[in-house]
Amino acid sequence: MSPVLSVQNLSVAMKGASGIVPVLEHLSFDVAQGKTMALVGESGCGKSMTALAIMRLLPEDFVVTSGRVLLDGENVLAAAPQALRGLRGNKMSMIFQEPMTALNPLYTVGDQIGEVLRQHRGLGRRDATEQAIGFLKAVQIPAAEARVHAYPHQLSGGMRQRVMIAMALACKPKLLIADEPTTALDVTVQAQIFDLLSELQDDTDTAIVLITHDLGAVAELADDVAVLYAGRCIEKGSSQEVIAHARHPYTRGLMACVPHLHLGPAAANVQRELEEIPGMVPPLGARGAECAFLPRCAFAIDVCRAQPQPPLDVVDAHAAVSCWRHREIAP
Amino acid sequence: MSDAWPVAADILLDVNDLVVHFPAGRRGMFGKPSKVHAVDGVSFRVRRGTTFGIVGESGSGKSTTAQAVMRLIPATSGQIVFGGENIAGFQGERLRQARRKFQIVFQDPFSSLDPRRRAGDLVREPLDLLGIGSPKGRDARVSRLLAEVGLPPQAADLFPHQFSGGQRQRLCIARAMAPEPDLIVCDEAVSALDVAIQAQILNLLKKLQRERGLTYIFISHDLGVIQHFCDEIAVMYLGKIVEQAPAPVFFSAPRHPYSWSLVAAAAPPGPLRTRLKAQFLVKGDPPSPVDPPPGCRFAQRCPFVIEKCREEPPVLAVTGPSHFVACHRVNEIEAPNFTASD
Ligand SMILES: Nc1ncnc2c1ncn2[C@@H]1O[C@H](COP(=O)(O)OP(=O)(O)OP(=O)(O)O)[C@@H](O)[C@H]1O
Ligand SMILES: Nc1ncnc2c1ncn2[C@@H]1O[C@H](COP(=O)(O)OP(=O)(O)OP(=O)(O)O)[C@@H](O)[C@H]1O
Ligand code: SF4
Ligand code: SF4
Ligand SMILES: [Mg+2]
Ligand SMILES: [Mg+2]
Repeated sequence: MSPVLSVQNLSVAMKGASGIVPVLEHLSFDVAQGKTMALVGESGCGKSMTALAIMRLLPEDFVVTSGRVLLDGENVLAAAPQALRGLRGNKMSMIFQEPMTALNPLYTVGDQIGEVLRQHRGLGRRDATEQAIGFLKAVQIPAAEARVHAYPHQLSGGMRQRVMIAMALACKPKLLIADEPTTALDVTVQAQIFDLLSELQDDTDTAIVLITHDLGAVAELADDVAVLYAGRCIEKGSSQEVIAHARHPYTRGLMACVPHLHLGPAAANVQRELEEIPGMVPPLGARGAECAFLPRCAFAIDVCRAQPQPPLDVVDAHAAVSCWRHREIAP
Repeated sequence: MSDAWPVAADILLDVNDLVVHFPAGRRGMFGKPSKVHAVDGVSFRVRRGTTFGIVGESGSGKSTTAQAVMRLIPATSGQIVFGGENIAGFQGERLRQARRKFQIVFQDPFSSLDPRRRAGDLVREPLDLLGIGSPKGRDARVSRLLAEVGLPPQAADLFPHQFSGGQRQRLCIARAMAPEPDLIVCDEAVSALDVAIQAQILNLLKKLQRERGLTYIFISHDLGVIQHFCDEIAVMYLGKIVEQAPAPVFFSAPRHPYSWSLVAAAAPPGPLRTRLKAQFLVKGDPPSPVDPPPGCRFAQRCPFVIEKCREEPPVLAVTGPSHFVACHRVNEIEAPNFTASD
């Protein structure tokens, strides 16, 4: 079956005073119906830029310099404005990192969900409100009949994020992009939102691109994962495989940084010092042709310095990795 | 580990029955004014050189507790004994002098730094304000502090927007350490950072604690971080501490039903997490802290609630060595099994 979303050789650059600077370089991945693809990586690696490029919502000064984004076989990047508007509501939608900036403070949540339904499904006002209540119930907002008349500021952070999900799903999109949907929320609510997303996915068979730096969420929710570093995909594969056998030094470093919770008997011997990856992601414009992780990599040798970014080497059906030494240094 | 009750000299901070209420308007035109019970009778002690962690849902009163302890907001009642003195009533010059001994680092390093001032001046500011050291000595101290938090010397001349998120948080830590405080409150200080930078900052804080004998109050909603970083843990729910214990004790056998919900939400992925979530994860939002109902504040969401819970508030009582729990049924309900075998 052909994938719902196919990102092929996507590159994005920023036009600056000193010329054009690469932001994303040659990204490729597919997401099938009912499947979830996670994009992970440190802050500034290009996760949100990837999402915005797919939605054709890149900020000013950012341009696509290569590649195609196929949604159900149709190239989003070539779509005319009219067609694009149809695609955005009906076929793909996005949940943003900060729900407060994405909701309009002047309208009730019912009006905002209703507006989506009226525009994209041609429903009348009364029917739209009726259905909006249904959506609020689907995302488990208590007292939905009353809350449909609430303004965003009258809801807690968790409820606002659930409203965003309700809006994003109102048109039953084929593709949902969720950009760190829970980072601003506390753990109990995070767990509720993740459960909700996977339940809704079971019902609707939506393809999901989940952007997160929570590797626990990846293990639980995602079928596949792509690890980004400095705008390049440096490892990808099934989430089971990548989490159990991370091959790239960066992916391994990321996993080692996470302070996992140890419960019961395991709580007695928790290591107090955390592993860390020294240094930081190179900013835009400071990225050379060689392996982007080189300055921070404990395994770097002259070979890495002498050659360009290693290609994604396909290890097997479940894993591919961009590192000259991945076979030698495999754990 | 010793279970002995800490001797007085070990205790840097002793908070007794702290209450912080905020006005919340009136119910109806003739109704009596309502109050937000943000913190409602909280007591705890923090040993010198250790880290005291506070966890709990959004709105449970973690920040309010910390800010009242630091005298940034007024306490409605209660004692705050810091270094042997009750600072709850301190005013004017006495308060100003006491303040240099405790500092705070916030979640959002951007909004807590003046964007128009250079990093060096930002670190120097608390020294100038408190009149610490000679002007020349202050310059030397600023460079030393920047080096200690891992920033290069040139950083002194840069503005906050020229730093990355992680570097800005290092800057906030340098600023907090400048007056050589005994206590630093970290209020969600690493929550906005990604895992890689979070690990760097946590290790930095640990190093500074080792080198300088610092005491921390560490607020976070990430239980994994709390477990790695804290010696003692308090769980707050709607303005009250519902459980408190040393970290190894708490995570090997938490006893409050709300604590079970928290650990269920944060357990590592796998069958254990699935089982814990199905059994213990609470649903919905917490009730409003405005005029909370009598009885146990968790009663509305607790799977083990009985009639008594709705009528009588449970008190925080000893259930084991250094372990305190506020639940009527603590000895009746069976604790979860945390071994992952199924
Ligand atoms: N509006 C902008 N103008 C200039 N540079 C930007 C802008 N937005 C993002 N960038 C830069 O583009 C790069 C990729 O950013 P992006 O927002 O995609 O990161 P991210 O992986 O989503 O990070 P985070 O986890 O912090 O959200 C970063 O180097 C970032 O600094
Ligand atoms: N100045 C204020 N006036 C009125 N109510 C307040 C004020 N500050 C805090 N509150 C209320 O007091 C309660 C406790 O808030 P607090 O900020 O201490 O929670 P928290 O545990 O730190 O939550 P979070 O995890 O969201 O930071 C909340 O219900 C909050 O809305
Ligand atoms: S290619 Fe070399 S520098 Fe890059 S990750 Fe692999 S070992 Fe490290
Ligand atoms: S006192 Fe009752 S309601 Fe409160 S936590 Fe215990 S069992 Fe639950
Ligand atoms: Mg982002
Ligand atoms: Mg807070």
